[in-house]
Amino acid sequence: MSATAPLRPGHFHGGIHMPDHKAESTALPVAAVSIPSRLILPLQQHIGAPAKAVVSVGEHVLKGQLIAAASGRVSAPIHAPTSGVITAIEDHLVPHSSGLSARCIIIDTDGRDEWANLPPPIDDFSTTDNAVLIERIRESGIVGLGGATFPSSIKMEARNNSIDTLIINAAECEPYISCDDMLMREQADQIVSGIRIIQHILGVKRCLIGIEDNKPEAIRSMSAAVAVASLHNTEVVSVPTLYPSGGERQLTLLLTGKEVPSHGIPANIGIVCQNVGTVYAIADAVLKGRPLISRIVTLTGEGVAKPQNIHALIGTSAGELIAQAGGYTDKANQLICGGPMMGFSMPTDEVPVTKGVNCLLIASEQDCPPPEPATACIRCGKCAEACPAQLLPQQLYWHSRSRNFDKAQDYHLFDCIECGCCSHVCPSHIQLVHYYRFAKTQIWSKEKEKSKADHARQRHEARVARLERIAAERKARMRKKKAVLKSKKGGDDSAKKAAIAAAVKRAAARKSASRAETESNQGATQ
Amino acid sequence: MIIAIVTIAALATLFGLLLGYAAVRFHVEGDPIADQIDKLLPQTQCGQCGHPGCRPYANAIANGEDDINRCAPGGEATIIALADLLGRDPVPMDEEIGEKLPSVALIIEKDCIGCTLCIQACPVDAILGAAKQMHTIIESECTGCELCLAPCPVECIVMIPIEEGIGNWIWPYPDNDHRDLSLSREAL
Repeated sequence: MSATAPLRPGHFHGGIHMPDHKAESTALPVAAVSIPSRLILPLQQHIGAPAKAVVSVGEHVLKGQLIAAASGRVSAPIHAPTSGVITAIEDHLVPHSSGLSARCIIIDTDGRDEWANLPPPIDDFSTTDNAVLIERIRESGIVGLGGATFPSSIKMEARNNSIDTLIINAAECEPYISCDDMLMREQADQIVSGIRIIQHILGVKRCLIGIEDNKPEAIRSMSAAVAVASLHNTEVVSVPTLYPSGGERQLTLLLTGKEVPSHGIPANIGIVCQNVGTVYAIADAVLKGRPLISRIVTLTGEGVAKPQNIHALIGTSAGELIAQAGGYTDKANQLICGGPMMGFSMPTDEVPVTKGVNCLLIASEQDCPPPEPATACIRCGKCAEACPAQLLPQQLYWHSRSRNFDKAQDYHLFDCIECGCCSHVCPSHIQLVHYYRFAKTQIWSKEKEKSKADHARQRHEARVARLERIAAERKARMRKKKAVLKSKKGGDDSAKKAAIAAAVKRAAARKSASRAETESNQGATQ
Repeated sequence: MIIAIVTIAALATLFGLLLGYAAVRFHVEGDPIADQIDKLLPQTQCGQCGHPGCRPYANAIANGEDDINRCAPGGEATIIALADLLGRDPVPMDEEIGEKLPSVALIIEKDCIGCTLCIQACPVDAILGAAKQMHTIIESECTGCELCLAPCPVECIVMIPIEEGIGNWIWPYPDNDHRDLSLSREAL
């Protein structure tokens, strides 16, 4: 059953057909790693808290050595991709839609590519404790390589055996991108090993590998590898090419017919979804002890001389990779990180490749024509037809535009996956997704402010209460002291009186004694 | 006639008793409106509104003693939220107060003499230190109220504006004249 790839009658709402532009970058095999002279490693390459640098400037590091540790549960460590010297820990441009800088560790490589002591390979994972395997995945810095960069170990943690299906996301639906395709063509065996490890950890009953039907080589290669490994519960499923079939929710619906609840995750319905690149990295970490220090990146578009996939060290600058792919052509107009639908344009090519960067699209004006000026919404409803999340993009647009964020949330703004289908089909050329991103970041910022204010209120009230308590305590102490003083004073008085009385008595006694003496003396003399 | 008077009087007594009972039974402690206003204020406790903290300002607004446009750290967003809550029209920011950018205090540690005056002034206990020991500000707890600036005898506290980074960046409001996304020619 695993050798064939039957077409499932799965279906999700909307979606769009586009020219896939995959052939350009799949003609050449994946180019091997080349070591650039300088690596730039942002401390934040994942969703969650930024990693904390554990090396200092001037230190020599070895390949695979930990250079930044995870800070908290939702975080991921970072390792040196090759040996070299840390020359700076400073702000540098990072691949982010804001075009802002963030803290990075900068390594000047020494070209020796010397490995550090790696943790031992776990060959026999089926008899190894799950906690050990999950810890290995966590400390190897593995995050979702499909682009979401969520720390993978968290998805593996025990959920009381409630997970029954593992989905391997290999749909790679966005045009131009082909890194997962090439990985499956060339490394299907290791991917299957990774699938076995994840199946063992999660204890799932079945595994579905979803691949779009525009990648026949990948489907063949994966089916063959699954057959060789005789994984009977694993099935390679060809899904129709329709953007965005690679969205987690869309692929889940396509493969299982089950819908992930709003605000929920696939685990809520017993499903865990992993990108195929992540699976490969997990196999590397468990079977070879290697942390995540490289990934495959697609370089494509009419702006680059030899479009291809390159196995790149994390931290290599976009410019170095473009040079490796033959440099720019005259048509180069825009440098886009990611694909044409969900990617963002970068101001320079000094930006490093991070764990989540799957594609550098060096677009010509034809690849990505400049957006036409937006005109008024004519309420045609095409966006609602295209929306794969079954939202009402028009309503979201109106409310986001008028900054009516509560209303936008009533229309499930946070179920929007920002796939860009609505903007793509809009006859008025409205950049709808920009409005949604604007609204989302505004809402997050307001929530952050509110929680900060609540925190400050709590601290202020605690302080006021403490000051009142201290004042009350001081008052009580003073009262007590006064009382003691008063009672002491009273005691002194009586003692004094007694002393005086005693003294008077003594004096009287002495007097009478002396009188008696004189009398007796007188008597004696007489 | 008499029946009517008696009926009305009986009804009046009945409802009077009911209302009296309800007033005791459903009595609410504190001022719920002031609570709601307080929730919308940024809790910096800076006193720039002329009240000694956010709660007193909330009480003043609830009692109609002060306007809703006097919160500098809250800015326009707070004015709009308050106007929304109270069903009033938003008014522009009070000119003598003016809006303020978010910032945090920083003690220049080599100049600090360890007098503890700033610790006593901080409304949220964000300053750590002891007598004749260097003090420091716990950045994550500082609300940027500036109340520690005045008491410092050596003026070793400065306000640092919070910089825009990846963590607090907000997607710009889309406009129709699109940003120029093309690579600069030198970059190629």
